[in-house]
Amino acid sequence: MSDIKIGEKPAGVEGEGFFATSLDKLVGMARANSLWPLPFATSCCGIEFMATMGSNYDLARFGMERMSFSPRQADILMVMGTIAKKMGPILQQVYVQMAEPKWVLSVGACACSGGIFDTYSVLQGIDKVIPVDVYVPGCPPRPEQILDGIMKIQELARNESLRRRHSEEYKELMEKYNIN
Amino acid sequence: MSEDILGRLKSKFSFEIPFAESYGMLIIEVPTDQIIEVLKYLKEDPELSYQFLTDLCGIHVPAEVDKEMGVIYHLHNWRANRRIRVKTFFKIGDPKVDTATVLWPAANWMERETFDFYGVEFTGHPNLTRILNVEDMDYFPMRKQYHLEDATRDDKEDRFFGR
Repeated sequence: MSDIKIGEKPAGVEGEGFFATSLDKLVGMARANSLWPLPFATSCCGIEFMATMGSNYDLARFGMERMSFSPRQADILMVMGTIAKKMGPILQQVYVQMAEPKWVLSVGACACSGGIFDTYSVLQGIDKVIPVDVYVPGCPPRPEQILDGIMKIQELARNESLRRRHSEEYKELMEKYNIN
Repeated sequence: MSEDILGRLKSKFSFEIPFAESYGMLIIEVPTDQIIEVLKYLKEDPELSYQFLTDLCGIHVPAEVDKEMGVIYHLHNWRANRRIRVKTFFKIGDPKVDTATVLWPAANWMERETFDFYGVEFTGHPNLTRILNVEDMDYFPMRKQYHLEDATRDDKEDRFFGR
């Protein structure tokens, strides 16, 4: 017997020869299990991320075999490390270049809040320039924590309404960051 | 050796030159309006021949009234392996110094950095703009009246600590 675990199917109505569920759930399931991350690693949290990608922790188990180094074909922006104020507009540009739907994972104290770098040259949290979906605290966080953050994003992707990105609230959020 | 150098400077310039010595390195202070003349002499005099500008930086000492701001030049004579430190101080309200780019092109970026962090205006500089900080920064972060901490930090507010 193989010990490979197959993911659960979404809730729906089942009969002989058919299975009915909502499109939302089906699309959510597909998205959640094939998220392509764009690693934006600027310092030590990036090293933890390399461990996360390596064979011990193996991020590929979650449908992330392929790191996308082009923002055009990425679903998650993983920001790992200190973002200097001069880097802020660049990070925002990378975010804007990503196609919808997109999620942002902020890894480590520096990306979340500026960390120990409470000083004139460092951006005090990437949420000053782009919206963040999941924050992973730690300095740096363990690979397990990064995996947990990724799984939280999978949960968001799985349960997101297909209309969310067209909603007024979402547009307002983007306008708050001057992203159109 | 230091006496020789001071003697040469004193015979060349009429103004008073306060000096000190630290770890065998001569330190002189000169009036701001004479700084380029002194540097030029230090560089071009065949005996002194401090041809190399090692460093140029700013300083802010709020306690020194009317001499709060300063610029410090480190020069090096490669042949004799001798160094000298030249300081000049001025009011923070009028932070103007002539540019040293006329003597050393290397002073270009150093002066831009000093302008970036201390707001010292180097008159005659070819391109006096910020070099390290973001272009739209509206203050000079190394001046002592500004907090080291960033004003946009919002997770250290007192309310989070019950203060």
